[in-house]
Amino acid sequence: MDKTVTDLESAVAPIPDGASVMIGGFGSSGIPFGLIDALLAQGATGLTVISNNAGAGETGIAKLLKAGRVAKVICSYPRSPGSIWFEKRYEAGEVALEVVPQGTLAERIRAAGAGLGGFLTPTGYGTLLAEGKETRIIDGRGYVLEAPLPADFALLRADRGDRWGNLSFHATARNFNPVMAMASKHAVAEVRQLSDTPLDPERVVTPGIFVQSVVEYGVRP
Amino acid sequence: MTTVLNLNGARLTALEDAELAARVAQDIPDGAYVNLGIGKPTHVSAYVPEGREVIYHSENGILGVGPTPPEGEEDLELIDASKRYVTAAPGAAYFEHSDSFAMMRGGHIDIAVLGAYQVAETGDLANWATLDEKFPPAVGGAMDLVVGVPRILVMMRHVNHDGTPKLLKRCTYPLTGLGVVSRVYTDLAVLDVTPGGFRVVELTKGNSLEDVQAVTEAKLLT
Repeated sequence: MDKTVTDLESAVAPIPDGASVMIGGFGSSGIPFGLIDALLAQGATGLTVISNNAGAGETGIAKLLKAGRVAKVICSYPRSPGSIWFEKRYEAGEVALEVVPQGTLAERIRAAGAGLGGFLTPTGYGTLLAEGKETRIIDGRGYVLEAPLPADFALLRADRGDRWGNLSFHATARNFNPVMAMASKHAVAEVRQLSDTPLDPERVVTPGIFVQSVVEYGVRP
Repeated sequence: MTTVLNLNGARLTALEDAELAARVAQDIPDGAYVNLGIGKPTHVSAYVPEGREVIYHSENGILGVGPTPPEGEEDLELIDASKRYVTAAPGAAYFEHSDSFAMMRGGHIDIAVLGAYQVAETGDLANWATLDEKFPPAVGGAMDLVVGVPRILVMMRHVNHDGTPKLLKRCTYPLTGLGVVSRVYTDLAVLDVTPGGFRVVELTKGNSLEDVQAVTEAKLLT
């Protein structure tokens, strides 16, 4: 088994127009900048981007928004210092937005990857973000039924990977990457270092079964 | 250094942001697991009295947030929820997002300190969206924190920039959570949320109950 691909271009080649794409990262940490640049060059458009943030400055997801490739963003926190491209597209009505509480976003993604039909959470109960959703009272407390959130593709950033697709992470760059690997049909991981030898099984955070391709991209932003 | 505010004809003594952070820090006990919300609450950790070991959780996957690194020694992949560069304190752990929110939602964190647009006398909190539709809403982890953390402390200015009250009978902005706030620290007073409404714990030195009540929509109890 060898899941490695030689370059970023080949790694993102299968992503078609209209695909739903999860993109790992929180703030500027754990974002697959190399894969995002390759996706921009590849040209796929009409994308649904699922990520915690909606990019900042002229990097990462902001590049896709600037180029008009994103039809919808599903995220918890679209505003960041310098999230000008999201704000421009949003104000102009050119991008749809679904705001999801951050823990619910992570758990919806995890549920999709774990084969669950959804879950009941107290988060958001009685608020605007629960409007129209099924609710239940359990032991006197209100819960909202949340649906799983799968995606066609996931673009991930990891620290190290091996040819089996096993991944390990560095510091807070882990964030959404492991759950997104689980929830997508095709997860592509950009790794700082592709290891010639198998990763120590004790140190594997994302087991290779969740990852379809691995590409080395040594630049740490 | 406090400042003097002229509000609705009253002269009020207001704490500066650093003094407010120091006041909140007094109430963070030794051994607590604490989540500090983005913005002003992040400054609380700098003022926790010597001798207390407090473990700070940041939603992006670290328990044991340490101080800001010296310039030039930042790790670009080690940040907190405010996206500031941080360090890992002794005993720290990294984890992925669904584990991080299990800590928050599952009742494992003891205290959260959050900013707010509005707090109601019922403990309702509004801190994620205004009524300005041009401004994209951004909820982040606030709704998860307030349902899971038993003690929610709010730290904010007592009134808006235009002098209108933020401590209300009912919130007018979209809610983050219902009946979730335990205590509110403002530049003018510290207030507990009780079944009867806001009870005054202390007034910033120099302020009278009448003057603070005059800039508070909700009724203050003593």
